[in-house]
Amino acid sequence: MSALAIEASGLRKSFGATKAVDGVDLAVGRGSVYGVLGPNGAGKTTTIRMLATLLRPDEGSARVLGYDVVEQADRVRGVVSLTGQMASVDEDLTGAENLILLARLLGFGRADARRRAVELLEAFGLADAAGRQVKNYSGGMRRRLDIAASLVVTPELLFLDEPTTGLDPRSRNQVWEIVRALREAGTTILLCTQYLDEADQLADGIAVIDHGRVIAEGTPGQLKASVGTSSLHVRLLDPAQRPRAHHVLAGELGDEAVHLEADPAALTAACPNAARGAEVVGELTQAGVGIADFSLGQPTLDEVFMALTGRPAEEVEEIEAEEQAA
Amino acid sequence: MTTTPNTQPHREPRLEEGLRKALASGPRPRRASALQAALAFGWRGMLKVKHVPEQLLDVTITPVMFVLLFTYLFGGAIEGSTKEYLQYILPGMLVMSVLFTTVYSGVSINTDLTKGVVDRFRSLPLWQPASLVGALLGDTVRYVIAGTVLMAVGYVLGYRAEAGLGGVLAALALVVIFAFGLSWVFTTMGLLMRSPNAVMNAGFMSIFPLTFVSNVFVDPSTLPGVLEAVVNVNPISILADASRGLMAGDLAGSDILISLGTAALLTLVFAPLTTRMYRRA
Repeated sequence: MSALAIEASGLRKSFGATKAVDGVDLAVGRGSVYGVLGPNGAGKTTTIRMLATLLRPDEGSARVLGYDVVEQADRVRGVVSLTGQMASVDEDLTGAENLILLARLLGFGRADARRRAVELLEAFGLADAAGRQVKNYSGGMRRRLDIAASLVVTPELLFLDEPTTGLDPRSRNQVWEIVRALREAGTTILLCTQYLDEADQLADGIAVIDHGRVIAEGTPGQLKASVGTSSLHVRLLDPAQRPRAHHVLAGELGDEAVHLEADPAALTAACPNAARGAEVVGELTQAGVGIADFSLGQPTLDEVFMALTGRPAEEVEEIEAEEQAA
Repeated sequence: MTTTPNTQPHREPRLEEGLRKALASGPRPRRASALQAALAFGWRGMLKVKHVPEQLLDVTITPVMFVLLFTYLFGGAIEGSTKEYLQYILPGMLVMSVLFTTVYSGVSINTDLTKGVVDRFRSLPLWQPASLVGALLGDTVRYVIAGTVLMAVGYVLGYRAEAGLGGVLAALALVVIFAFGLSWVFTTMGLLMRSPNAVMNAGFMSIFPLTFVSNVFVDPSTLPGVLEAVVNVNPISILADASRGLMAGDLAGSDILISLGTAALLTLVFAPLTTRMYRRA
């Protein structure tokens, strides 16, 4: 048995003239959480749909838990679950009915299906909402139900497509907690996300994907090392002082680390660590630059892209529309 | 004044313990059989009727309105008396009310596709056509409800079937079987079109003229020659004749056979087509 949960090589998929996925290779170890990081339309969802047997690749091949996604699609479906980007539950039904339906479809008897649904609703903090139609759920509740629906039978591999997009911080933390618990229970997770901090928090390995291609791959540590672990954002009191601030930051951190933002009073600089960032702010004040506010944080996806490709992440909207039409 | 800082951090509701238990729970059940899966999907259809009764209302109220309108507005002019016209029109209206309901089979499959729930169904290890077959089984129950409502209204208005309840039930069964065949056409349409509304429009645009250019409302012998010929080969006319025969107690064996044959043919052509398209959707 292969030690890899996912082995994909040269996956390609086009919709009309748009190359949604243009040669993706992936190697994901069993029991790990693997992050696929990229902007909207980079090809994340298309990749997941091919691996989950919902789309047939134009070219290339993939094995999931040892089964070929085209030749042995049914075997793959027996060991994976998918939580799609769109809520993949029936909004007209209640939370309990959704889970009972899936349990029945997976072979549970009537009583067992009911018992399993109750168990999951309680585990996901949805017991009170069990009898309400899903269309009346909040975004966070819907997401939790969606993930619960993927766990009616604990899968060996779970595809999670942007599980926290559009969620408030509290709901996001709950989803993260669920992902961690799943990992502990031994489930392999392929996590698509637009947020570097999410991948950093949860993933053991990350592939950065852009225009249907993997442009960087590594552990979160390696990835951040290539873009700087901290990102310093400074807003000046007076936009006229920006050249001076630029000069100071470039002197301290190197010219390529500094990036002028669209806001004429703002700059961003990659720092090796937070302490260095704090020092640099001190240097700016020393040099007489008036600072309105500053913040130190993890690099955003944009900054990762800037570092990796020299240009900001672009959203490619039309791919999803084409995918709908296809 | 001194305040004691609250050092106790705010605790999120803990998911973890229950979650661990839920994840560790039980062995995997045996894979669902094709029948079990189809029945589960049929149950889903039933739940939809319960939660979204409007859909059923739409398709039952329209034919009831038509019965009232045609019987009392045109009945006297067409047949000489509203009572006699009701005897003529009701079996045809049964056909119409049930066939209108079939359009919704296409609408609901398209709605599923636009919502993403299909992705989940398609990623399950089960006999894939089960979701289609099950949905249509669920729809069949709706056809029976639509037909029953219409017949009840007819009875209240004074319609009496010569063949009694048995004849009515036989006609209802025939119409529902035909509707099952026809609904595959609309599921194909549902997979081809971009939005539920488009399916609804296209569906009614095709079923409406077909119903009107049939013998549901008027005796075709009063029509101009060419139109009469068209009306007489319209499968809806044949089905309406078969239903009339069953309810009146004078069986038209060939009409019944042709209707069953048409249903079988539609199923044979469009069921595999729908299944194939659904797999690639």
